Amino acid sequence: MEAKQIMFAIFALVIVVFSVLTVTSRRILRAAVSLLMVLIATAGLYFILNYQFMAAVQLTLYAGGIVVLIIFSILLTSQISHKFERIETKKAFFSALAAVAGAVVVITTILNHSFSADTAAAAEVDMNLIGRSLLETGPDGYVLPFEVISVLLVAAMIGAIVIAKKGSPHKDEPAK
Amino acid sequence: MKFSLYDFSSFTAWIDSSLRASMSPGWAVAVEMILIGIAILIFYAIVGLFLVYAERKVCALMQNRLGPNRVGPGGVFQTIADLVKLLFVELVPIKNADRALFNLAPFIVIIASFMAIGAIPFAKGLQAIDLNIGVFYLIAISSMGVIGVLLAGWASNNKYSLIGAMRSGAQIVSYELSVGLALVTMVVLAGTMQLSEIIEGQRWGWFIFKGHIPAVIAFVIYIIAGTAETNRGPFDLAEAESELTAGYHTEYSGIKFAFFFLAEYMNMFIVAAIATTVFFGGWMPFHVYGWDGFNAVMDFVPPLIWFLVKTFFVIFLMMWLKWTFPRLRIDQLLTLEWKYLLPINIFNLLLMAFLVLTGLHW
Repeated sequence: MEAKQIMFAIFALVIVVFSVLTVTSRRILRAAVSLLMVLIATAGLYFILNYQFMAAVQLTLYAGGIVVLIIFSILLTSQISHKFERIETKKAFFSALAAVAGAVVVITTILNHSFSADTAAAAEVDMNLIGRSLLETGPDGYVLPFEVISVLLVAAMIGAIVIAKKGSPHKDEPAK
Repeated sequence: MKFSLYDFSSFTAWIDSSLRASMSPGWAVAVEMILIGIAILIFYAIVGLFLVYAERKVCALMQNRLGPNRVGPGGVFQTIADLVKLLFVELVPIKNADRALFNLAPFIVIIASFMAIGAIPFAKGLQAIDLNIGVFYLIAISSMGVIGVLLAGWASNNKYSLIGAMRSGAQIVSYELSVGLALVTMVVLAGTMQLSEIIEGQRWGWFIFKGHIPAVIAFVIYIIAGTAETNRGPFDLAEAESELTAGYHTEYSGIKFAFFFLAEYMNMFIVAAIATTVFFGGWMPFHVYGWDGFNAVMDFVPPLIWFLVKTFFVIFLMMWLKWTFPRLRIDQLLTLEWKYLLPINIFNLLLMAFLVLTGLHW
């Protein structure tokens, strides 16, 4: 076996094991940490593919950003002694069934798809190329989705602020 | 084999070729990774010990004291004695704590700093991995350490630890932005994120001279935000001893505490090493275009020495900062970042882009 295949096997094993732990753990912070492991191992897969930019984005945004946010909100809201109740067997059975069915669909699709095999080593993706195509208006450019996503982000930010500011502050304030 | 202090690439190539001659390529890579890991581990321990000693001496200098002076000449063996003591301290098990996460937390902190060191170019050819996205990788990895701090605070089941972890989280998440934007400003000037190319671009003038005004602003912001990111004074609210005993590592003892302690100093080293690489030319000697004799004299000093001297100069700046300013309050801390540093930083980025576009940089 090649070194890359061994690395892939390790990362795949980590992803599978910790994905299961994420949904089965009864302690919420442990679930969050398992999710973190899954995301880091995914970044490892991108590194194997030599797509370093994607790996770094995965680490900053998901592992460093979203998981930190999740852990932060757990820190604010939950207590260490808190444990989720054991899930009912009926519920667990049907969830497992749904998950297995999903996995079967995905695996059969992948197995039936004929991938065009290429033995050439994965080329390093040039940063300049990513930057250029992200802001290009031509047929290879992604400037429209880029801008649409930023509009979405602004909308989400405004929404968050509006929700946080719910109710007029002057009404709730006691008279001075 | 040609071992030269001026260019390590032939030395590393020799190790690589002799390993490949005796085993399959996959095993050669594995053995190389282990060798590099051991080398970095040894470096890590030495620098950690030295930095603790340096911190105590600099602190003593600032406060007009002598500092450690009993163990060895000038107290140089003090930190080794402290380390030996620390290794023999009992690991106190905590009741009602989340044991697994409690034990995991120091490792996350230390692995994050360990991975960052791998990408730092110490000298010509002396860099574990030269990534295409070097600067971005460093930003990405350095954002991982905070998870360890948050876990440590929560898993300890102690209100002081929890408050310390929350403060630390809020602080690092905010100041990460400033660190990132200050580095992006310099990436605009360099035109690349690869660390080896950034250093090559500084052959005829370090970026702090080349980029003059915006580069100096970026450097000041980077040092402030970098100090905050490493949880050092005046931003050490996470472990403010007068309010929180020791913050997130209150419950840790012995070697586990040593991990946090060491990681803090190594993070300082990493912040300083990145500053050196991006602003002061990394291992590149000080060159002036046209002064061939002067340049030859500068080239005589090995690049590794240049790198270490510059890095320890930046570390000295950070220690100076720590021992001169009083600790900030949490609201002052957040005001500084969100109302001052961030707007200045964004404006500075625009200024740098303008400078590069109009060719006003040297």
